[in-house]
Amino acid sequence: MNLQEIVNGLSLEVKTPSLSIDRDVTGGYVSDLLSDVMGNAAEGSVWVTLQIHLNIVAVASLKGLSGIILVNNRIPDTDTLKRAVEEDIPIMTSPLSTFELVGRLYALGLRCR
Amino acid sequence: MTNTEEGVFFLTGKDFTNAGAASSSLKGILERRGVPPDIIRRMAIAAFEAELNVIIYAVAGMMKYRVTDTEIFVTVQDMGQGIPDIELAMTEGYSTATDHIREMGFGSGMGLPNIKKSTDNLAINSVMGEGTTLEFFIRIRSGGTEQA
Ligand SMILES: Nc1ncnc2c1ncn2[C@@H]1O[C@H](COP(=O)(O)OP(=O)(O)OP(=O)(O)O)[C@@H](O)[C@H]1O
Ligand SMILES: [Mg+2]
Repeated sequence: MNLQEIVNGLSLEVKTPSLSIDRDVTGGYVSDLLSDVMGNAAEGSVWVTLQIHLNIVAVASLKGLSGIILVNNRIPDTDTLKRAVEEDIPIMTSPLSTFELVGRLYALGLRCR
Repeated sequence: MTNTEEGVFFLTGKDFTNAGAASSSLKGILERRGVPPDIIRRMAIAAFEAELNVIIYAVAGMMKYRVTDTEIFVTVQDMGQGIPDIELAMTEGYSTATDHIREMGFGSGMGLPNIKKSTDNLAINSVMGEGTTLEFFIRIRSGGTEQA
């Protein structure tokens, strides 16, 4: 699935407009624990979280994730967005709760690999 | 015959701005060497967890690496409080992280178990009040003959 389709399908707000969202998303992962993501998320997945600290970009970049979706309208730190652009990790936000957001990702056909 | 490469990255306690930078550099070196992706994935997990533990729990430290055609060796050494009970620290879910650290998404007590799971060997040495040293390695399977 393409990240663009997800952004359109879920009306996500893209917080890193300078980054292309024409990229492949091969799965999804949900966690607010960085070591859980480090240990268990599959490369190419989009990551759903409420964490907004800079460290999420380091994790996403090291794991080769395709993007980060912040739930509950969480506002990413400015440092986080700056680093996300440097590391080429798109960050999107949604007013939906994690439950609602992931339900919609699943309905679009995305799975956890 | 073997093409060995080594180096060191310095780590500063509480420096969350650069957290993960050493692991990311090591990953880049492994990619450039053409190390198989599954090996790089495992090393990235181990290096990140070790790096973050230094940043969270120690005053300062360093990550030394040595890559040969057959193995990747990493030593992460810190000056810090030390680990009083290593077996307990290795237990999944055990963490002494403060609320402030947990708010950033750390403190699930999965770091050391992640390192153990993703490497072929992990050795931990710690002296209370002085610091902690982790040594781990991963064999590069497709890299040629394995040393026993
Ligand atoms: N370098 C270190 N110096 C001192 N104590 C450490 C060090 N590394 C780990 N510890 C201790 O071991 C515990 C377990 O570490 P581990 O990495 O498994 O989990 P964590 O860091 O608490 O949480 P997570 O890694 O999941 O974010 C820590 O909470 C801490 O008490
Ligand atoms: Mg840890």
